[in-house]
Amino acid sequence: MVGYYSELAVRSLRRNVVLTTLMVVAVGVGIGVCMTALTTLRAMSGNPIPDKSAQLFVPHINAWDPARGKPGTSDSQFSYRDAMALMKAHRGVRQAAMYQVILNVKTLSGRLEQAHGRATFADFFPMFGVPFRSGAPWGAKQDDDRDNVVVLSSKLADRLFPHIEPVGRIVTLTGRDYRVVGVIRPWILTPRFYDLSDADQFAFGETEDFFLPFPTAITRQIIPRNYTSCMEEDRQWVEWEGRLTSGCYWVQFWVQLPTAAQVRDFNTFLQGYAIEQQRLGFYHYPPRVRMLDVMDWLAFNHVSDGSVRVNMMIATGLLVVCLVNAVGLMLAKFASKAAELGVRRALGASRVDLLVQCFFETVIVGLLSAALGLALTSAGLWGVRSLRGVAQDSAFGHLYRLDAQMALIVLALAVAATVLTGVYPALRAVRMQPAWQLKIQ
Amino acid sequence: MDILPILCSLRYNKTGALLIGLQIALTLAIVANSVFIVQAYRREIQRPSGLDEANIFTMSNEWALEEGDVVAHTKEDVAALRALPGVIDAEATGGFPLCGCGGLYYLELKNPQADKFHPTIIKTYLVDDHALSAYGLNLVAGRWFTPTEVGLARNVNPDVPVAAVITRQLANEMFPAGNALGQLVSVVREKPSRIVGILEAATSTDFDSYRQGDAAFVPLQWVGNYVNYVVRTRPGDQTRVMKVAQDKLYALSRQRVLKNAQTFAQIRRHAALDKRTTSVMLSVVCAVLLTVTVFGIVGVTQLWVTQRRRFIGMRRALGARRRDILEYFLIENLLIAGVGCALGIALGLAGNTWLRTEVYALGPMSPAYICIAALLVLGLSQAAVLWPALRAASVPPAIATRGL
Repeated sequence: MVGYYSELAVRSLRRNVVLTTLMVVAVGVGIGVCMTALTTLRAMSGNPIPDKSAQLFVPHINAWDPARGKPGTSDSQFSYRDAMALMKAHRGVRQAAMYQVILNVKTLSGRLEQAHGRATFADFFPMFGVPFRSGAPWGAKQDDDRDNVVVLSSKLADRLFPHIEPVGRIVTLTGRDYRVVGVIRPWILTPRFYDLSDADQFAFGETEDFFLPFPTAITRQIIPRNYTSCMEEDRQWVEWEGRLTSGCYWVQFWVQLPTAAQVRDFNTFLQGYAIEQQRLGFYHYPPRVRMLDVMDWLAFNHVSDGSVRVNMMIATGLLVVCLVNAVGLMLAKFASKAAELGVRRALGASRVDLLVQCFFETVIVGLLSAALGLALTSAGLWGVRSLRGVAQDSAFGHLYRLDAQMALIVLALAVAATVLTGVYPALRAVRMQPAWQLKIQ
Repeated sequence: MDILPILCSLRYNKTGALLIGLQIALTLAIVANSVFIVQAYRREIQRPSGLDEANIFTMSNEWALEEGDVVAHTKEDVAALRALPGVIDAEATGGFPLCGCGGLYYLELKNPQADKFHPTIIKTYLVDDHALSAYGLNLVAGRWFTPTEVGLARNVNPDVPVAAVITRQLANEMFPAGNALGQLVSVVREKPSRIVGILEAATSTDFDSYRQGDAAFVPLQWVGNYVNYVVRTRPGDQTRVMKVAQDKLYALSRQRVLKNAQTFAQIRRHAALDKRTTSVMLSVVCAVLLTVTVFGIVGVTQLWVTQRRRFIGMRRALGARRRDILEYFLIENLLIAGVGCALGIALGLAGNTWLRTEVYALGPMSPAYICIAALLVLGLSQAAVLWPALRAASVPPAIATRGL
């Protein structure tokens, strides 16, 4: 049966080659251009962590003075008290408070140099998917015990321990010894979204030289390098203790919430927490809470805007127009088959049989347009790569490549789209009266 | 010519008319907005950076010193660059306009007059007293920094900049009364700096930045293992100096890596790459859209002609001229396209409103875009229907007598 219908379909398509070509081209070109555009836009979208960006949130409490307008990047950090309360509440699957530090490291030649680092909690590493070269991140126990452990970047590790394995060795940072528990692979984020604060916008896309546990840094009274933002009322504090108890914002906080329900729950919890804190007098102005995922956070800090979304809508609009076009062409195609369908009906075929026949035709057109779509997507991505001077196997090249997964998507999309456009025309063609068609020969 | 018969017959061909109308509406909306975006991007990437672009090249330098101090070595490098024949001036800095990098400070506006306008991220470049001539900046008021004002941007306990120079655009926003000179602004550490000069223009580090055209310069010497050298040469000397400069620097010290020696033209091209890619893509999308719509109109009209062959033949047999048949199809298409355009204009305007909420940098779209796009689409659809209509007009009257 499949063979029979396929043969019918092929013959029918061959009968009017022009129309068939137009249909294939309409859907194929639409899909090819649309997929090229969507891939390119996604690659350029500047989503630093696409596979997790919808799961990672900044639970933003805006207790900023409304008369001073919107809080800026540094004003959107947390006070020590709030950050610790959120860590203790443990409402997310993973969470980490953090802040920037700068410590002096003794290089092999005995010189002291500055290294940029981050004080954070154990969850930081699995949460952001930090790739490790050797060793492993520290665990919650090391956080609690305030252990002197450190994770190094490849670069720093290579400079301090060329040719030997750093894990297990001792590193001296500003006069204290830390044991190396892990070395991460080169980890470049564009941008380093988890800390957009001003102090030293990490110039060349690289992340920190070292990481150490947050409680350890607090015990050592290591001063934050990122900007501390205070409202007038909080400005007067002295000594390290004052920093920990004041309402100034200097701690950064991220939480991982994989499901929408968890996000809602966290939001509710956060609202309750904020109201309670205000009741106790810790905020000077009524707090408003908002959960910002990675892309929201970037937009909030004016690092990215919605232009990618707009351009994606345009690319999708193209696909829609091509499909509408294809419906018209399908109508033309099936209208011309009216006589043949009439004969089959007269010979006893049911409406369903005719629909199946039309379906086979649309599937074959779909497969052909999928082939065209794939060829065009390939060519289009090659064009974009040349335009941008990106080699296919380079670090960014894989973003602009037609891989197996995308090819499958294009195939499925083309066939599904074509079948969809054929539904209405097929129904219309099948509804006609056989007697009419047979009469008008 | 009677419109009524055309409308009546359209009632029986609703689907086809709907399809064409929808295509025309979507095409119009998308083309108008795409052209608007492409034009906006084009203007954006042509924005002058404020620097003397024709004569500037840059290099990036990474120190790997085994002994000695980064600041001293960088100073030595800069002095050597400035001494090269053909060089007007040179600068060692973190970030510079259009560099696509960081290495900057951020100006926070604490001036009471600026309260209702509270941006946090105004890119602030760290420069010394030579930057005016090294960058070729244009001062329109006040003065540049003096050598004594230049501090050090140490990583820990950086000096507080005593002065600042801002762009005219920023000065007008902060101080609409025009009295920016002498006012106090605050750079990061909450200690004030005084505005001593106003520049004609300077851009941000890339074209994607919020607040393009708002920038500030403070007299702090950049300190760091990564440093960018910006060198301004006399016209015509650039190529020669570029070749000589790297050798000279390596002769001074080999404990470094010099990379990315680029003319400013290359820097600008790189900064514009994203917007250029998107512009090319949008142009391709528009071209494809228009082509597809044209072919769609041809296809559907051809279908109608085939369906109505007998009726066309009957009309011809009853005395209609070829011209009448042609006019019939052209007017029919005009009606459909007209309705499609009306819908398209509404969609285009709505789409534009949404677009501007997503992309804050885009201003309002001038009505010219929609109008010209509408005329284009109407014209194209009429041209598209011409061929099937001509074929319809050539249907012989004898068709009417067959198949009775």
